[in-house]
Amino acid sequence: MAAPPPADERPLVMLAQALFPEFAAALAGRYRFALLADADAAAADEARALLVGGLPRVTAQHLGVLPALKLVACTSVGVDHVDLDACRSRGLSVTNAGAAFAADSADYAVGLLVAVLRRVAAADVYVRSGRWAADGDYPLTTKVSGKRVGIVGLGNIGSRVARRLAAFGCAVSYHSRSPKPSAPYPFVPALRDLAAGSDVLVLSCALTDETKHMVNRDVMEALGKGGVLVNVGRGGLVDEPELLRCLRQGVIGGAGLDVYENEPAVPPELLAMENVVLSDHRAVLTPESIGGVLEVVIANLDAFFSGRPLVSPMEL
Amino acid sequence: NRKGVALLAVVATLKLATMAAAGGKPAVLLLRPVDAPFAAALRDRFRVLDLYAPGQALPALAFVAAAAAVPEPPRATVIWGGVRVDASFLDAAPSLRCVVSTAAGLDHIDLAECARRGVAVANSGEVYSTDVADYAVGLLLDVLRRVSASERYVRRGSWAAQGDYPLGSKLGGKRVGIIGLGNIGSRIAKRLEAFGCIIHYNSRKPKDSVSYKYFPNVHELAAESDVLVVACALNKATRHIVNKDVLEALGKDGVVVNIGRGANIDEAELVIALREGKIAGAGLDVFEHEPKVPAELFSMENVVLSRHVAVLTEESRSDLRAHTIGNLEAFFSGQPLLTPVHADSLAQ
Repeated sequence: MAAPPPADERPLVMLAQALFPEFAAALAGRYRFALLADADAAAADEARALLVGGLPRVTAQHLGVLPALKLVACTSVGVDHVDLDACRSRGLSVTNAGAAFAADSADYAVGLLVAVLRRVAAADVYVRSGRWAADGDYPLTTKVSGKRVGIVGLGNIGSRVARRLAAFGCAVSYHSRSPKPSAPYPFVPALRDLAAGSDVLVLSCALTDETKHMVNRDVMEALGKGGVLVNVGRGGLVDEPELLRCLRQGVIGGAGLDVYENEPAVPPELLAMENVVLSDHRAVLTPESIGGVLEVVIANLDAFFSGRPLVSPMEL
Repeated sequence: NRKGVALLAVVATLKLATMAAAGGKPAVLLLRPVDAPFAAALRDRFRVLDLYAPGQALPALAFVAAAAAVPEPPRATVIWGGVRVDASFLDAAPSLRCVVSTAAGLDHIDLAECARRGVAVANSGEVYSTDVADYAVGLLLDVLRRVSASERYVRRGSWAAQGDYPLGSKLGGKRVGIIGLGNIGSRIAKRLEAFGCIIHYNSRKPKDSVSYKYFPNVHELAAESDVLVVACALNKATRHIVNKDVLEALGKDGVVVNIGRGANIDEAELVIALREGKIAGAGLDVFEHEPKVPAELFSMENVVLSRHVAVLTEESRSDLRAHTIGNLEAFFSGQPLLTPVHADSLAQ
């Protein structure tokens, strides 16, 4: 990366919301910042780049006050919180975290999968309650290795999930918008068919108008009563009320959920279920990856301000 | 009183003799509880003298002695980890020529004594290996990425109230030191490689067939690893193989996972190391004095605990059934056992 410019020549970057302290510290030497909500007219007119840290909603109105805007740089992988239609119609470039989080998300997806199938979290609760000495039998769980796994979205995250589960001897198939010729796994054109042929469905695709609520009753019935759903994508990929019904009625066997439709609100009904493992949207995040994201953000901003090709542009 | 016990013993012997007289099937001494499919599969092929039969009230050694006294006494027995096969056990049933253990480990069997008496021993082979390896990876992911801890956090309703739970640590790039690269350890290695881990190992001898870095002792392994996974048998050489020195060498960012035997780790020192932050966390499926677990662990957020369940899946249960019957049938038909264990193959 190029050396940081002298202080008064630092380019202006508008912030959609305040940066995490680690980000702010790492970026302060390279750019000047203004916060969108507080920005004066001069800053708003000048800003060519908008940095979106976290997952705040970025609407057409927000974009509308930045006439010079050319780049929306996101620190996340999913960008469904940004009005992509507005970006497209204004000819804006949008960048995301690229593959910076991919390994960690994939690791966590597998962790959730094992935790659900082998009841790791439930076993921990059991031991901590002190019941081991008193009680007898333990319910048998189900083997992870060799399970048929259907991955929805074979991008950076999905392909890494596949590679990890292949080492467990799992049979991996996938569904995505279009087949990936280089992928060594069978492509299944219809999501329902993928679910029907899988013991586990892993969601690792973007949330768009097409994919919203793609996991519906039909898909869950196809997945079946021993089937497990793992979601490290977006809560909106799943019809959440229907998921609750399917879990309650035993239409599917269990779920590992890192994301929900209205975070941080987790449907209370889930809190009473033993066959689900819940987490607080942490799949992407490790301290090590945050360093990786910083590198991607700096690389994209540097490239933009010096007229070079962006590092992780998204297709809108 | 003594008369009462003697009467019980006679009644038991008569009952067993009646059981034993039925059909020409060989007698098998069953010293562990089995589920219905397993029981049925055994009864189809053998005369089963079942310690756990409904109404059977004799304690184990007395039952063994009573079984040894029937006509055509059992020459084979099916046991689990709770049955100690030592000189007094073998004295009680001199007819036994074959011990088939369904346990994953062999620390409950005096292999040298069995060898001295010409008693063949069969173990569970690779029946459990995959499930234990899967569970070890699950435990490690849980400890590093705080799966169970954030689960508790979400279930308490704390996410909405207090914001995100603290992050864990990346698995990829970690150096994982596996103690014991046998059936289980090698499967753990293969899985963790796919996550981008670097595999180190210690075992009695280096293995030419793998390219992982070998360490001649566990202290050096720990010094160059971020994670220690205990996947070895329990015997004299490996008791407390993870001790205070090893934990110090592992260091304050280090994590221990134990799917071997509780006694592979000096449990008291492990608790101290966790309490004092000398290591970062632990995933434990086994403990020195099961079912007792040091209560101090219950309040620690950086440990993941389970009650010796790494083997317990439906699939391994049915594999175990087929495997046990396979060994019994091999023995009774004079064929080599499927998975014989030899005293000299282990450092006892």
